[in-house]
Parts: sequence; structure tokens; C-alpha cells
Amino acid sequence: MIDVLVIGGGYVGLSVAVAVKQAAPHLSVEVYEAAPEDAWKRDNRASAIIAAASRLLTVLGAWADIAPEAEPIRRMVVTDSRVGDPVRPVFLTFDGDVQEGQPFAHMVPNVAMVGALRSVAERLGVPVHHRMTASGFVNEGASMRVTRSDGEDVRTRLLVACDGVRSKLRDMAGIKTVRWDYGQSGIVTTVEHERPHEGTAEEHFLPAGPFATLPLKGNRSSLVWTERTEDANRLVESDDLIFEDELERRFGQKLGRLKVVGDKRAFPLGLTLARDFVAPRFALAGDAAHGIHPISGQGLNLGFKDVAALAETIVEADRLGLDIGALNVLERYQAWRRFDTFRMGVTTDVLNRLFSNDIGPIRIARDFGLGLVERMPKLKSYFIGEAAGVAAKGNPRLLNGESI
Amino acid sequence: MAETARSTIDQSEVDRFSAMAAEWWDPTGKFKPLHKFNPVRLAYLRDTIASEFGRDSRDARPLTGLRVLDIGCGGGLLSEPVARMGAEVVGADPSERNIGIASTHARESGVAVDYRAVTAEALADAGETFDVVLNMEVVEHVADVEFFLSTCAKMVRPGGLMFVATINRTMKAMALAIVGAEYVLRWLPKGTHQYEKLVRPEEIENPLSAAGMQVFARTGVFFNPLANQWNLSKDMDVNYMMVARRPKAE
Repeated sequence: MIDVLVIGGGYVGLSVAVAVKQAAPHLSVEVYEAAPEDAWKRDNRASAIIAAASRLLTVLGAWADIAPEAEPIRRMVVTDSRVGDPVRPVFLTFDGDVQEGQPFAHMVPNVAMVGALRSVAERLGVPVHHRMTASGFVNEGASMRVTRSDGEDVRTRLLVACDGVRSKLRDMAGIKTVRWDYGQSGIVTTVEHERPHEGTAEEHFLPAGPFATLPLKGNRSSLVWTERTEDANRLVESDDLIFEDELERRFGQKLGRLKVVGDKRAFPLGLTLARDFVAPRFALAGDAAHGIHPISGQGLNLGFKDVAALAETIVEADRLGLDIGALNVLERYQAWRRFDTFRMGVTTDVLNRLFSNDIGPIRIARDFGLGLVERMPKLKSYFIGEAAGVAAKGNPRLLNGESI
Repeated sequence: MAETARSTIDQSEVDRFSAMAAEWWDPTGKFKPLHKFNPVRLAYLRDTIASEFGRDSRDARPLTGLRVLDIGCGGGLLSEPVARMGAEVVGADPSERNIGIASTHARESGVAVDYRAVTAEALADAGETFDVVLNMEVVEHVADVEFFLSTCAKMVRPGGLMFVATINRTMKAMALAIVGAEYVLRWLPKGTHQYEKLVRPEEIENPLSAAGMQVFARTGVFFNPLANQWNLSKDMDVNYMMVARRPKAE
């Protein structure tokens, strides 16, 4: 019998598996990943990791491998502007660290993060099976019988679904979602520029949606560029020359000439929130529980918060001799995460609606609001703390950099 | 023998719990409050036992090697976790039906518990002894509290512990644990607790001292409706727990 079976070998699934195994080595933990062995190496995206998440990765023993690839975000500039505005009035700047020597976020290539977590999984003896998933499951009371994609049946005390925003396991468990589409897509790619970014991240609220650049190692930045879906698809399919030209109109020339160096891909944006995060012997984590708008760069970090809360719930229940798959045990995880997730989902939704337009009075109001935040240092440091995930009371221990 | 011996069994109480036996393990059923209460009492007894016996609470099996009696074990809500924490557990309950439910559940879960449909008197008469005796949410359902506690105390080995958890006989307990929990919130079936059967702390301490045991820890347990969870508290007016130690032989 497996104690914890994790479906999905991305950063969330791997982190759940590693966090549980590290704190409770006597539990058997396995990961099934649908993709073939080396597929993860082809992901050339990068992600913003907030301070709380890098603390978690430090405790899990993964940060040492990630650190050489991680670029700290030292400064963040927010503007509200139109494409082609020659000068973009800066409304908000965030400087500095949440703590001495700890920037509020880092940009990390996904490959580095997943690679580091896979090494930890291997060290701890957590098997990761490839081309493998669950094609069905039945709760038989004392255990969950899971039918694998190769036709074999296994039993687990707890099944954790980390299979992404279009989670099949979530549907199989009969968990409904609240969802809507923004009609926007996010273009994600990497660009090279002539001059150094000096650790600055920029977010411009353009009428079609937010346009963000995030600093990577060297003279490179990661791009999250929101457009109406049809425009985004057209841009991604256009040749690099046209793309770079459109890019320059938004990015400006302050860092010199721009060159696209990564794949260009457009991801449709929507809000998906699972109505329940748990069922008997079943838990959702990461995007399977929530897909939110990338406007505040928090989607992945919500996933790490799930990891910390779920792993602590499992390990503490096990230390009390409780059944780790029992609904009353899992409800603690749900209570811990659902409100925060819902709040973040609504916040990003409101921000997107507030900023993705060019309506005069709304512009004035939102700029006035941003201006106020800029002038109130206390409020600003509160927002930085929130954004870094270090402000919340009752945080799971891993997010505070403590072991479970 | 049974007809002559003094008995701790209140048959109407045994019948009431037997009737609900099928629901013991349903966390949303009649025993929901006990499921909710379980983590706080398990943590308290694990941490207390660990510090008394020099164990580390964070170990996977901190109670390994200890023989534990769970008296009035019902469906095994406490016996199973204690066994998973490493202890060798005897679960005793006067109701055959409860023992049937508890044994089936333990077998399905792959947890080893020695369940027996016996009374505390019978176990004591048989000369059974334990490192830890658990009297959790039981004394308010027995016929003769004093006799019951001294019988249980006999089974505690020198250096061993006895835990007692119950509800105080105060107006606050009447308001919260009976009117609140049974009539307003409907957490518990009406009639689960009767005011006159509730037990004051001194009614536990006195017979235990008389049996040669020292009560060394006391704590209240209070439900926080906002957090929807039970926490330890200084207030012993409603739910409370006590721990007594039998001194090691000189």
C-alpha cells in the first residue's frame, strides 16, 4: 500500500512528495508523471518565486541547486500607460528586500526548479514514474484503489492531484469548478537586450492587459505579455521581426536592441477555482485547485503555499497516528488554503478588470490609488510583505523557512 | 461473579452507544464532535507520554514499546491512532457491538489493536497492567466513578500514567456541553450527557490519590468556533483533561 500517491510531476507535485517524505521518511510516497522521461527539460519558461517559496525550497534542500540560476528581483516598477507612450509615468516602485539579503522574489528557470526537486526526490527515495497517470480511482473506505494508465491497480491511503489547471483527476473526483475566460492570452517568451536590467522588473498596465518584464541571468528578461486572445495568437505566429517591432513599442529602448531568444507561446487566461480542495482520500494542489490571472505573478506561489499547508497537514496527522486520508484530516488543509486562494483569485480578477481598459475616469481613479500607495511607505511595505508571502499570520512552517 | 461484584457498567449508557455504533467512523455522523476533538487530545497525550517516558514527539512511532489500555474505546477512534504511534493497545468496551465495529475497522486499516468486550473490573481482576491507562470521555458514562477510577488505577504500573478526560459539572458546562452541543448546535444526539453524571475535577483527584496516584497535569479544552477547532486552555469549567502518575517503586 502506498501512503501518498501524487499525480503530476511538476514543481507542485514534486514538492508535495519531497516535503512529506523529508518530514516522515517512513511513509511511502510515489509520483506519477504523464510525460516521458526528459520532457521537463524542454520547458524554457521562467517563474517568479516569492521569498516565502524560496524559503520552502531551501528547507526542502532544493534551493542550493537553484540559486546559481536564480536572478533576484531588486526593484519593481509599475506604470499605467498606453502602447507607444513616449514617457511612462511611474506610479509605483518597490525596492529592496523583505529581510536583509533576501529579495522579495527571484526569477528562476522552470528547468532549474524542477531539476533540483527531482534530485531531492531521488536522494530521498521518492520514485517518479514516467508516462504514467491514474485513469480511474475508487474510494474503498480504508484505501483508494487507483487504476493506473498501464491497467494495473494500486492502493493508496491518499491520492494527491497536481495535474494542472485542466485536472482530469479533479473531474473524475466529481469536484466542480467556478471558471471564466478573460478573452486574453499571455504571451510568454525570453528576450535578450543590449544593456543590463539591474534586477528591475517592470509591469505596464496597458489597455489590452498587463505587460511585464522580469529579470533573468545575464542581459535577458522573461516576458509576460497580455493581449486579446486573437491578437496574441497572431503575434506568436508572426515572424520575429514583426514580433520584435511590436515588442519594442511596449518595452521601449531603454535597454537597447531587443532579440527574442526563446519559443513564443500564448496561453489563454482564465480564472478557475475548484469548489472543494479535498474529498475522502483525495486532495487537489497547485493549478488543479486554482488557475488565476498572472497579473500579480502569484499563480505558482499559490501552488507552493498549497504544498506547505498540505504537507504539514499530512505529516502532523501522521504524527498523531491519524488516518492521513480521512476527510476530517484533509479539511484542515482546505480551511487553510481555500480562503487565501479565493482572495487571490478575486484580487487578480479585480486588478485585471480595473487595469485592462482605457476608460478615462477609471484611469484617473486607479492612478490616484497607485499614487497613494506610492506615498505611504507603511502601506507599501505591507504590499511587499504580502507579495513576498511573508506577511501572513498562521503561515505553514515551510513558508517561514522552518522544517515541518 | 458478575451479580455479586460491584459494577461500573450503566446498562442504559451501553445500549445508547451500541445503537449508534455503525456511525463511529463517519467524520460527518453522530460522532463528528469526537473526530474534531481527537487531534487535540491525541497531541496532548502523545506529548505528555513522550516527556514522561523520554521520547521524541516528532518520531514516527513515539509510543513504541508502551502497553496502553483504552478503556471505553467505543469504535476505536483513540485506540487506532495510539496503536499507529507505536503502542501495544488493548481496547476495552462493554459493548460487543462497539468491539465488532472497532475490530473490523482496525483490520481494514491494517492497524493491530487487541479489542476486547470486557469491563475494567474484569481486566483488573485478571491482573492486567499497563504503562498508560486512558479514560477518555468515559467517567461521565459509568455507574460508580470512584470505584471505576480505583479499579483503573490498580492497572497502572509503577512509573505509569493515567489520563482522564471528561466534562465538568458546572452551569457553564450545562449551558455549553449539553444545551449548546446537544440542543442548539445538534453536534451530539440529545441525551448523550446528563448533567448529574458530569464529574468535577476533585471527584477524580480524590479517588486517584486514595489509590496512590499523583495528579500532576491538568488542562481545560475549549472549542474556538471561529477557528472551528479545539484548543488547550486554562479554563477547566467545561471540557478538561488530567494526568496522574503512579510513583516508581522505591
